[in-house]
Amino acid sequence: MTFFRPSFRHPDLPPNEAGYTRRDYEGGISTLCAGCGHDSICNAIIQACFELGLPPHRVAKMSGIGCSSKTPAYFLGKSHGFNSVHGRMPSIATGANMANRELIYLGVSGDGDTASIGMGQFAHAVRRNLNMLYIVMNNGCYGLTKGQYSATADKGSKGKKGGVNALESIDLCELAIQLGAGFVARGFSGDKQQLTPLIKAGLSHHGLSFIDVISPCVTFNNNPESTKSYHWVREHSEATNTFDFVPFRQTITTEYQDDATEAVTLHDNSVIHLHKHPHAADVTDRRQAIDNLEDHKAQGMILTGVLYVNPASADTHDILNTCERPLNSLSETDLCPGSAVLEEINAAHR
Amino acid sequence: MKQLHGLNDFVIRFANVNGSGSASANNLFAKAVFRMGVPVSPKNIFPSNIQGLPTWYEVRVNAQGYVGRRGDVDMVVAVNGQTLRQDYDGLTPGGYFLFDSSKPLPEDFRRDDVTVIGVPMTLLCNEAFDNPKMRPLLKNIIYVGALAALLDMELQVLIDSLTKQFRKNPKLAEPNIQALQLGYDYAGEHFKDVCKLSVQRCNLVGDGIIMDGNTAVALGALYAGATVVGWYPITPSTSIIEAFGRYAEKFRIEQDTGRIKAAIVQAEDELAAIGIVIGASWNGARAFTATSGPGISLMSEFLGLAYFAEIPAVLVNVQRTGPSTGMPTRTQQSDLISCAYASHGDTKHPLLFPCDPKECFDMTADAFDLAERLQTPIMVMSDLDLGMNDHYSPPLHWDPDRVYDRGKVLNAAQLDGLTTTWGRYLDTDGDGICTRTYPGTHPDKGVYFTRGTSRNEYSAYTEDSGAYIRNMERLQLKWETAKTLLPGPRIKLHEPQARLGAVFYGSSTPAVYETIESLRARGIAVDTMRLRAFPFQPGALDFIHHHELVFVIEQNRDSQMRTLLINEGDLTPHKLIAITCYDGLPLASRSLTQAMEEALAERGVLLQQLAPGQGDAQ
Repeated sequence: MTFFRPSFRHPDLPPNEAGYTRRDYEGGISTLCAGCGHDSICNAIIQACFELGLPPHRVAKMSGIGCSSKTPAYFLGKSHGFNSVHGRMPSIATGANMANRELIYLGVSGDGDTASIGMGQFAHAVRRNLNMLYIVMNNGCYGLTKGQYSATADKGSKGKKGGVNALESIDLCELAIQLGAGFVARGFSGDKQQLTPLIKAGLSHHGLSFIDVISPCVTFNNNPESTKSYHWVREHSEATNTFDFVPFRQTITTEYQDDATEAVTLHDNSVIHLHKHPHAADVTDRRQAIDNLEDHKAQGMILTGVLYVNPASADTHDILNTCERPLNSLSETDLCPGSAVLEEINAAHR
Repeated sequence: MKQLHGLNDFVIRFANVNGSGSASANNLFAKAVFRMGVPVSPKNIFPSNIQGLPTWYEVRVNAQGYVGRRGDVDMVVAVNGQTLRQDYDGLTPGGYFLFDSSKPLPEDFRRDDVTVIGVPMTLLCNEAFDNPKMRPLLKNIIYVGALAALLDMELQVLIDSLTKQFRKNPKLAEPNIQALQLGYDYAGEHFKDVCKLSVQRCNLVGDGIIMDGNTAVALGALYAGATVVGWYPITPSTSIIEAFGRYAEKFRIEQDTGRIKAAIVQAEDELAAIGIVIGASWNGARAFTATSGPGISLMSEFLGLAYFAEIPAVLVNVQRTGPSTGMPTRTQQSDLISCAYASHGDTKHPLLFPCDPKECFDMTADAFDLAERLQTPIMVMSDLDLGMNDHYSPPLHWDPDRVYDRGKVLNAAQLDGLTTTWGRYLDTDGDGICTRTYPGTHPDKGVYFTRGTSRNEYSAYTEDSGAYIRNMERLQLKWETAKTLLPGPRIKLHEPQARLGAVFYGSSTPAVYETIESLRARGIAVDTMRLRAFPFQPGALDFIHHHELVFVIEQNRDSQMRTLLINEGDLTPHKLIAITCYDGLPLASRSLTQAMEEALAERGVLLQQLAPGQGDAQ
């Protein structure tokens, strides 16, 4: 918990290409517990948006209810934010996106907010392939109500109070892949180096990008027997591929000669360069992506990194065939058929 | 035997099997009466079923323009074996029983006070038409033809209607017209002058239209510029969205691209449907949803958010019979309290009460202006009767100069021009309504955080009691402002003013006016007030103060409008007499009159007896 943040920044810190400084992407001071994984994720979001040079006011951040859902107040202070009701962020994001397809939508949710109360909304936002980045800050428990297990808590995991979780856990990444998300990744709040480019790629993908970030709850679920503790995740995680994300505006400086590198070009011409292990699964293949998750689970390992990517997918606007101009910019002339047409409609009802 | 007589004044009930295509034949008949210039009101009384269960269709023909349901039936067209007995027994003495005589009536059908008219519809149909798929549909047309002969209707009007209906497929018009003629000829030959009910051409419908309320709501939303729809299928509201979709396909196509200037999102449930509306409205689009009682229950949490975070939303509630799943295909006005105070905490929402398709159109369009002006959810309270049945209504009208009222929204230039710090929840005009901004408007001004938690005037989270109370009081001030913007009641006073008053709203309107007229004919004057909005304006409460006794007529068990009046108007309960009809059927004037008579008699008010022959259709 930080009550004070120095306003001083080194004068030589360079702005990004769009002319914004990193400070332009910061938000209010966090009120989460000291050491909370969520704060690291917020930092990664700030870093990713800064590096991408996104105009902060063109981002809309939305959330539900819970510790994670508080975080939009702690980043992107120059963006409109909407902290809605428990488990319902996806429908708010859907409506907002329908109203103005030109903004960037960043949804933040938690494991309770998404995998329990908001399961239906999560599943259907993914099915709609809403053009947004959906981040789950996943700590396996309900922090704000003091540590009850959530639906993503692993079976057999032991919480701080000593009780063993007897219920099967829900793997949100696996579900997201099944339900049609075009970009699915898993990160760890303790690995900013991996997380920042994941967020950048997720923000650049057209359609629904889903990132499940394991984010230990330092207060209620960080004991060594918890499978969502810093210690456990560090010991038991394995990355799919290492990768580089190259935003479309940036010149590609590195050349990859080896056969083990695969380039995936996203809708906005950004490129993800995947550096594969010789026997790694193909993350552009849905079935292999799911098998890969299950195989690692069977070995007691948490798979991180880009789990699945399919850059060519139709988002909700494509599916509904809505016009390119944002619907919220249309006026009477565009929308009202006029009184003469109404006379014809009257006549057809006589 | 005394037969019922009625020139342009009678009720026919069609008894059919659901899913047999009868509704379009029955509608053909009703439309023909309308096209002969006689006011008509068809009511579809249908089951929650796709095929097989009994369904009825009641058509009231009334030259005086009483287009509410009347209650009893002068003629039955009985073509459903399952309900033959019920339909026969339920017919008013002196009435007419038209049935398919391909099979004789059972022997115990022995009433001597009804006229039985047998037309062998199945035999006629099978003889004339080979296609077994077409036969059931054509059989329906045969009874329409028979009715035309029995009621002295102009056959040409029906032929024209069929030609119009099948103009895209003239091949289908041919057998339909043939079937019509078959029924007409048979009845004309065998039952000439038997029926003393008739339809005669008049000029009583003026420029009126015949339309269902749901179509009118859809048009209201279309004209008002709604672009985002979040919805979940539920009877009886679904046809609003279907109609909106059809009209959008026609009138909202972007010419150069063929793309649609609307996003209609079928959500996974009603929670998401209203969430989509709130998200879109927050982001500056005009958005709406349509639902019914169960949907309101599910949407309640979000409605509280929209109330507290001050986000516009338009919701059309086509009410049906509750509680719970209730009778999903029957009508009621029973969601008043659940809508007026939807959600936990101190919440309340403006409601609008349309009474006919024209008001469905106007009030839906106005709801968008009101929602954006007041930055709060507005609910249009229709019902199954108003929404799904065709109604005789004044034509829809749109002022070509009308400009959408988008409310207090600041653009980039206005933000740049501000000289003081902007606060999303800062009331600078003293009307309780603050300014808002759409996301993405300005690089560094007008940004705020929307939340359901309490906040100060600058939208910063706070649990400070003072800030919380200031906010709640401002919302109350906004509620007072709403009263000045909502449509006022329609009051009709006698000269001199009557001692008795009647309050009602929505689809009860035509039956109530008819009842009030019949009471007046019997010496009892009752002033009327048709409520059009909640919260109530001072004028509405004055009406109650100025009458000794006031009947509150509504279609629910618990007198919900009466409760709202007592609660919001601080009125003495005993002054307001509850008159409730909540059997799930459209309000019938004859049963309402009876209920009013009883209520009057209990208070010692006696009515004159009418001389025979002065009533309806006798």
